[in-house]
Amino acid sequence: MMKFRFRRQGADPQREKLKQELFAFNKTVEHGFPNQPSALAFDPELRIMAIGTRSGAVKIYGAPGVEFTGLHRDMATVTQMHFLPGQSWSLLTHQGRLLTLLDDSSLHLWEIVHQNGCAHLEEALSFQLPSRLGFDGASGPPTLAHITVVLLVAASNMAALGTEGGSVFFLDVSTLMLIEGQTLGPDEVLRSLPDDYRCGKALGPVESLQGHLRDPTKILIGYSRGLLVIWNQAAQCADCIFLGNQLESLCWERSGSTLVSSHSDGSYAIWSVDTDSSPVMQPTVATVPYGPFPCKAISKILWRSCESGGHFIIFSGGMPRASYGDRHCVSVLRAETLVTLDFTSRIIDFFTVHSTRPEDEFDEPQALAVLLEEELVVLDLQVPGWPVVPAPYLAPLHSSAITCSAHVANVPAKLWARIVSAGEQQSPQPASSALSWPITGGRSLAQEPSQRGLLLTGHEDGTVRFWDASGVALQPLYKLSTAGLFQTDCEHADSLAQATEDDWPPFRKVGCFDPYSDDPRLGVQKVALCKYTAQMVVAGTAGQVLVLELNDVPSEQAVSVASMDLLQDREGFTWKGHERLSPRTGPLPWPAGFQPRVLVQCLPPAAVTAVTLHTEWSLVAFGTSHGFGLFDYQRKSPVLARCTLHPNDSLAMEGPLSRVKSLKKSLRQSFRRIRKSRVSGKKRAANANSKLQEANAQLAEQACPHDVEMTPVQRRIEPRSADDSLSGVVRCLYFADTFLRDAAHHGPTMWAGTNSGSVFAYALEVPAAVAGSEKRPEKVVEAVLGKEVQLMHRAPVVAIAVLDGRGRPLPEPYEASQDLAQAPDMQGGHAVLIASEEQFKVFTLPKVSAKTKFKLTAHEGCRVRKVALATFASVACEDYAETCLACLTNLGDVHVFSVPGLRPQVHYSCIRKEDISGIASCVFTRHGQGFYLISPSEFERFSLSARNITEPLCSLDLSWPRGAARASYSLQESPKLSQANGTPGIVLAPQSCDGSPNPVHSQGADTPEPLEAALSPMSIDSATSADTTLDTIGDITVEDVKDFLGTSEESERNLRNLVEDEARACAILIK
Amino acid sequence: MNRSHRHGAGSGCLGTMEVKSKFGAEFRRFSLERSKPGRFEEFYGLLQHVHKIPNVDVLVAYTDVHGDLLPINNDDNYHKAVSTANPLLRVFIQKKEEADYSAFGTDTLTKKKNVLSNVLRPDNHRKKPHIVISMPQDFRPVSSIIDVDILPETHRRVRLYKYGTEKPLGFYIRDGSSVRVTPHGLEKVPGIFISRLVPGGLAQSTGLLAVNDEVLEVNGIEVSGKSLDQVTDMMIANSRNLIITVRPANQRNNVVRNSRTSGSSGQSTDNSLPGYPPQAEPSFEPEDEDSDEDDLVIEDNGAPQQIPKAVPNAESLESLAQVELSLESAQNGFVPSGEGSLAPVASGASTEFEARVPDRKLLEEDGTIITL
Repeated sequence: MMKFRFRRQGADPQREKLKQELFAFNKTVEHGFPNQPSALAFDPELRIMAIGTRSGAVKIYGAPGVEFTGLHRDMATVTQMHFLPGQSWSLLTHQGRLLTLLDDSSLHLWEIVHQNGCAHLEEALSFQLPSRLGFDGASGPPTLAHITVVLLVAASNMAALGTEGGSVFFLDVSTLMLIEGQTLGPDEVLRSLPDDYRCGKALGPVESLQGHLRDPTKILIGYSRGLLVIWNQAAQCADCIFLGNQLESLCWERSGSTLVSSHSDGSYAIWSVDTDSSPVMQPTVATVPYGPFPCKAISKILWRSCESGGHFIIFSGGMPRASYGDRHCVSVLRAETLVTLDFTSRIIDFFTVHSTRPEDEFDEPQALAVLLEEELVVLDLQVPGWPVVPAPYLAPLHSSAITCSAHVANVPAKLWARIVSAGEQQSPQPASSALSWPITGGRSLAQEPSQRGLLLTGHEDGTVRFWDASGVALQPLYKLSTAGLFQTDCEHADSLAQATEDDWPPFRKVGCFDPYSDDPRLGVQKVALCKYTAQMVVAGTAGQVLVLELNDVPSEQAVSVASMDLLQDREGFTWKGHERLSPRTGPLPWPAGFQPRVLVQCLPPAAVTAVTLHTEWSLVAFGTSHGFGLFDYQRKSPVLARCTLHPNDSLAMEGPLSRVKSLKKSLRQSFRRIRKSRVSGKKRAANANSKLQEANAQLAEQACPHDVEMTPVQRRIEPRSADDSLSGVVRCLYFADTFLRDAAHHGPTMWAGTNSGSVFAYALEVPAAVAGSEKRPEKVVEAVLGKEVQLMHRAPVVAIAVLDGRGRPLPEPYEASQDLAQAPDMQGGHAVLIASEEQFKVFTLPKVSAKTKFKLTAHEGCRVRKVALATFASVACEDYAETCLACLTNLGDVHVFSVPGLRPQVHYSCIRKEDISGIASCVFTRHGQGFYLISPSEFERFSLSARNITEPLCSLDLSWPRGAARASYSLQESPKLSQANGTPGIVLAPQSCDGSPNPVHSQGADTPEPLEAALSPMSIDSATSADTTLDTIGDITVEDVKDFLGTSEESERNLRNLVEDEARACAILIK
Repeated sequence: MNRSHRHGAGSGCLGTMEVKSKFGAEFRRFSLERSKPGRFEEFYGLLQHVHKIPNVDVLVAYTDVHGDLLPINNDDNYHKAVSTANPLLRVFIQKKEEADYSAFGTDTLTKKKNVLSNVLRPDNHRKKPHIVISMPQDFRPVSSIIDVDILPETHRRVRLYKYGTEKPLGFYIRDGSSVRVTPHGLEKVPGIFISRLVPGGLAQSTGLLAVNDEVLEVNGIEVSGKSLDQVTDMMIANSRNLIITVRPANQRNNVVRNSRTSGSSGQSTDNSLPGYPPQAEPSFEPEDEDSDEDDLVIEDNGAPQQIPKAVPNAESLESLAQVELSLESAQNGFVPSGEGSLAPVASGASTEFEARVPDRKLLEEDGTIITL
């Protein structure tokens, strides 16, 4: 289903075959933490865990690398999930089946199934509850209106459904059909009650259903009003009756002799189950753990017994309403030990990993897993102190908002080991922890990745996180914080807050999700890492450019600070944005890892929009909205500063469209918001049951669409003028050893491209390094402007790369000199590839003349958002590979072009065009893969290469009677078939290999790589928020907003004067 | 007078061309190299010299083959005048202060009916007063109807020339739906329409585009299936040489083809042109459509210069040709046929403009006009 732009090319069958061997589009795996989780389940037999989300996605995780994903057809919230338990305890059965309940009251049965030699998670059956028909008076028969709880009865293939109306229905799980005649209505229960317990009121909704591990005929039913009944299915009568307070949750102890109930007043009660059926009025223990003041409800409680005596009581909520009502807490109580786990985000659900074999006498909980809205935390309950077990996946990528990302391919083993060891020193593992990771189901069949890939994410709080992106599970390696170098106001506040904290309740901060940034100026805008020298540059929102070097031991040293004026005494500009950060002076202690050496601060302190590093020449180049600078970090001296501002550009001086506002302003706004919400709240209360009216109003609106036609969405057709605002923004920087002045001598050059289509090329005088020594002699580096190219179409320059005589991109610094890549061809004529948002062009060097071009926007009407040069290896031939230009457009399509011919090769739709933050976050790897954010916390990984695919390949030992035959499968999961999170998986690829691509082709890359591609080495790879504008609002640029919103002429005009409120509103709207 | 040596009109000398220049009551005759006419400034100086009026600001005009009085004030229209002079170039000179601008335009000197207006409105022969056009400082083509011979009669392909930034292109587009005849009967399909013309903008002043015209193609690329934003970006990316194919909302002004000449290239509009030299192209030659490609390069602080196109070597030739051909094949076709309609604004637009005014009112009253 490939779209051919040119019929001419389609005519060549040989080329078509080659294309099929080179290119294939697959969305392979989602990294990170599922966005907006809503349900949790754990299968103790298979030891796999399922997480459901509000968008209807189901994700199953086992051992690292074992992942399954499914998506419900409807975009409804998954409210409950239950793994089907083993069917009989004489024979171990592992079903791998999952029952999900959505908030539209539909039940779905999922199976991990085997198909065509590969397996995936598949929806087998679904059951939509009959919707409430007509009158639903009290007189009518009980209807299955709204399911509150689900219990899978262990022995039989049956599920009990508790409803809001107080009835319990029974469902045959294998067919998802209601079992008629077994329904247990509230009347029936009431009849078995002694008269004095009938309070004349209804029982309320069924709040909890619990099965008994050993006696499956008994069901514990808890009603909302407080009545607890142990119902004997066989005898159809109540065995025991308890009467408590308003009920929140129940837990039935393993032996069946003890019940624990939790209540809405923050209390829990322990009941002992006597064999005689006399009703119990008083619990054995009733306590309000965080009393005596009013407490919030305990929403879930678990009781787990231990052989060593003492039991665990684990519950969520129950905090004192006034003082800690806003905390998200789970309390773990064992004997006298109480720990109040204080989380940073809302608690969704939790479970313990414990023995579920009925013959065991004790639960022996091993671990507690708590699913929060933003992360998953697992505690080891077997080790004193209950330490946190680091998760090998589900990494909270967004623990602080991601502001940029970059990918480094083929990381040398030496650097990898150093980064890993720096990370280990950062968070020492408790050696005593016997339990590594309790969720161990399945086996990953994926081969050990042949090369190491590093994903760097820059965050709003000034940290850079290093992730192992080699395989399916994205694992944290190391975290670099740049905040320590600067003075921020917030430190005192922190210590104050700590001092005032009481020691009761015994809070323990758990989890790393921390969305609050000390200072938005710390935000990381651009990252570049040299993998051969372990030097990196981190550039931030306040114009700070940090050069860091990896050091294996902690050290204490001063950082040399320099500032560079990029305005170059340009008259008439006053910076109205934020001030620059003030660095700490004097020697500072640095832990092992990347330690700062040099800090360069741009003036005015606008966000850095482009950065590039050349370690061989010890040069770093950086650009902002005002200009660019070149700094020699070996001699610690500035080399060059150039202002790129257009005289008419006033917006550049306004500072970023910042999300930080003055305190006064934000206070005023929050008051306004409160007032508004009060007003609207009253309104809602006044016509609470006016849903019908609302619906009618909506219908009426739809009926008269001419209203819309009166003011149609218009677009103005005007060519870009030279004096557009923000024309001076430096979009890309690039170092190359090439021919700039004449065809006989090549030498170091620096290239810079701006938002207004200008390209500046400088010839650099870098003293040659003495043979044998790493560093070059201490001589001054000089830069001379060689050429200035003004693209007539004036579109922003997105990327610059120099191609050698063979038409291949130049290698990275040190790559050629260390024999890691083929030396570039310096004999033939070089060419420079300039990619603007509208066109790609190749010019000859040193005489700049147009060689080839492709006008993407003129043809397709789409604009370039991200480009990268990537090497595509062939599936068929081991040695064959091509370097191509991969490009992501504002419509979310990925195009691949040949280099230097610039002929379109393939074209896939990848991201929804409405997903602006996804498009802005996209980053390509050197081997034809890519990442983009599908939510603030998840990266989707995709591959354009037919050979280089990273996907989950795993097996799960399942055995359950399916049809007549009992079969045991060792299943392989295929590349994801369905897309979670609603990203359409339309593949316009040439029939992307039938079945699953051979797992052998994973990350196949041999060193030295002859075709290592380099395009503005790191800055191109790094996808950043501040692409076109200065704002720090994650990933959304003014231009993107313009693209997205149906702007009329007026709003388009007003866009320049876009006030920050509006920009914010847009951002919220889009997200 | 002694400078000019006379050539017999019938001598047919290819190298030189006779110029007859009139200033007030005085005539001067001289000759010019037809192949090397030089620059306008030189010509202007020469005229001042032969009329002995140095330091007098004058307006220079000539009569073209249609008998229209057209100004000469820049290299483009000077070269056009020289190349179309047949056999002699009649030049009229007026003092700037006493110049009568209304004299410019169609039918000024000869009472011959204008060809274009004949074609566009065969039923409308009434005489109209000429409108005053602005000071013709930049007198060069701003728009043209092209490909008349290959397009269906219901469509119109309009080329807008954007010089500099003084005058905005000045139009807006919107989403809409049009009715198409398909094998399954009539179907409503989404389309892109012109929603608004900015007064004084290029689009309005040409009179070739109107509100509610459906946009079918942009520079040879069909817009069906593309979003409004995509079409917007395509137009902006092509804005320096924008070729829009529209289905005019008002189908009454369509080119009516003579059954005798229908299908033959260019004849429908241009059959009255006597001996039109086809090789004499004015400034807007096909290479010119890539003028937007002429990126500037500044070498070592030197003067800016346009980037030449690289002479493709054998290796890159093939790849280059692939792209270039597909880019330009669609646009090359019109060149011979477009000649006739490439009339400068004086002949085409002034009359068109007037005729449009009542039409637009009509449209506003009707609302959306569905055309088949």
